[in-house]
Amino acid sequence: MTLLSVQDLRVTFGTADGDVHAVKGVSFDVAAGETVAIVGESGSGKSVTANSLLRLNFGADVRTSGRILLEGRDVLAMSEDEVRAVRGRDVAMIFQDPLTALNPFYTVGRQIAEAYEVHHPGTSKKDLREIALDSLRKVGIPEPTKRVDQYPHEFSGGMRQRIVIAIALVNSPKILIADEPTTALDVTVQAQILELIAAMQQEHGSAVVLITHDLGVVAEITERVMVMYAGRVVESASVVDAFATPTHPYTRGLLKSVKSLDTGRHERLESIPGIPPSLIKLPSGCPFHPRCSFASSLGSRCSTEVPELRAVGSSSSACHLPNERLLDLLGGAHDR
Amino acid sequence: MTAEVVLEARSLRKYFPTGASKMLQRPTAMVQAVDDVSFGLERGTTLAVVGESGCGKSTLGRLLARLIEPTAGSVLLDGVDVTAASPRELLALRRDVQVVFQDPYACLNPRHSIGQSIGTPIRIQKTLSRSGEKDRVRELMQLVGLNPEHYNRFPHEFSGGQRQRAGIARALALQPKVIIADEPVSALDVSIQAQILNLMEDLQTTMGLSYVFIAHDLSVVRHIADRVAVMYLGKIVEIGDPRSVYERTAHPYTKALLSAVPVADPRAAGGRSRIVLTGDVPSPVNPPSGCRFRTRCPKAEARCASEEPSLEARAGSDGVDHLVACHFPD
Repeated sequence: MTLLSVQDLRVTFGTADGDVHAVKGVSFDVAAGETVAIVGESGSGKSVTANSLLRLNFGADVRTSGRILLEGRDVLAMSEDEVRAVRGRDVAMIFQDPLTALNPFYTVGRQIAEAYEVHHPGTSKKDLREIALDSLRKVGIPEPTKRVDQYPHEFSGGMRQRIVIAIALVNSPKILIADEPTTALDVTVQAQILELIAAMQQEHGSAVVLITHDLGVVAEITERVMVMYAGRVVESASVVDAFATPTHPYTRGLLKSVKSLDTGRHERLESIPGIPPSLIKLPSGCPFHPRCSFASSLGSRCSTEVPELRAVGSSSSACHLPNERLLDLLGGAHDR
Repeated sequence: MTAEVVLEARSLRKYFPTGASKMLQRPTAMVQAVDDVSFGLERGTTLAVVGESGCGKSTLGRLLARLIEPTAGSVLLDGVDVTAASPRELLALRRDVQVVFQDPYACLNPRHSIGQSIGTPIRIQKTLSRSGEKDRVRELMQLVGLNPEHYNRFPHEFSGGQRQRAGIARALALQPKVIIADEPVSALDVSIQAQILNLMEDLQTTMGLSYVFIAHDLSVVRHIADRVAVMYLGKIVEIGDPRSVYERTAHPYTKALLSAVPVADPRAAGGRSRIVLTGDVPSPVNPPSGCRFRTRCPKAEARCASEEPSLEARAGSDGVDHLVACHFPD
């Protein structure tokens, strides 16, 4: 069942230097209970896409178009009150930095209770406290009766992220958006938090949209992956396909750049040449063509014509290379 | 070890005072950031220091460059005790040890052109004339893959990866023997990390540099390290040849660290058993008695609380460089 359907989403920020085209026509569906990852480097538009789902892109001059259908209702067409009813109840968000996501002046218990009370007005103080305690227990905070009255600064980074997750889940949302939930954490704590998100998903049956730059995290917990580059989805595939047989040169480059633990010492890392493009002055045609090692083989097509997403095997890819060449050239990026 | 040791740490300690009492302005507690750390770095090789936040790895890096004074212990550069050097001697010693920092945005002065920033060490040390400096900076920019024509551009006009290249160029300006690189790629995008790591390896080969490479990421380290040291709460818990440390891991903390790294392979992800450590790293103000890892260790016994394990050769290491500090190593 399709829970969320994003159709031709475009987000542009007007700045003094010119228009920043952060998202340029992104479409995807999320089914109930599914885990989808949006992967990309900084400036790829992945966070702006995630924020759009709850209309959280703020600024003097933000232009958003397209449709974001949440169970058939267009989030972009809702009134401010209607969006507020959705935020935190149907769709909840976990942010990257748990310290800035929490209010330093309120106890964590009060912040969890507030998230519940907003959507359940009239709940008694006593019940709210029980709910806060129960949430802390679920996310594995030791001594919840003592911790519930403490402030964010009294918790470690990993514990704070658990509290942010507790707040996000207090209303059992249908969709949980996690924007780089473990990037600010140490690896051993990251492992704890990823296990917690997976366990919570099982319990609540929520769909998870995971935003990350870390392909390792993607491989661990998601089923489907979308790779973004310069505001567009360049590849969409099941996780197994994306890693075993990537169908876009950028995905292949990313995979090869990842320093897998299996690679030997002093082995030369394969890197993508150049740097990601400026979103104010995007290259013509395919935005990846100046960094792509296959672009020259197609003459000028890559620099003049924007490739559309199309089926390649069981994946979708936005590349001009013919299907058989894509599978042939790019397949087996892992089997060096 | 027969190879020549260029940089050596001997029982280095750094305690930071904390919690000054109001009455006496005297510190009431000490953060034991680095506690009794010793190792040698061979010329032309890379020692990686790995650990989570708060383990003391960055403090160790700053001690090695003598950006801060040790509480006890010494640092030897080519056999000369750096910790005892006078300010005048120190100025000369600074030519030989340079630092590359984590955040390429914070370590360049936004009001100086990139060329000026790269040339700063040359001006401080007065090793070259003004025109010589400019030529040298252009040469350095070329070397690290920056366009020398961008000499007069300012940091904000460069990307993160390019700024890190500038940081490396500045560290190279005085032709140092040792570079302390504190998380040099952590702030960069994945595709750019690979470029910078390749650059650092190339420079090591052509210039015979020795690196102390500080990182929180074991997979990055695997590529670049000739020797790896794992730190926990101010102490080295395991050190040695990376092949041995990664494949015949002896310390339970290193094991947990390795198993926590997400593997970018969905087929492998399901099949492996992961050791997830419970709890958080204890406070370095009041570290656990005996072995500092015991509070989170799945193998801890009574002995671990009473007796501190020392770094000893791993059993059955057969002459391979591999030391571990654990009462019950694997």
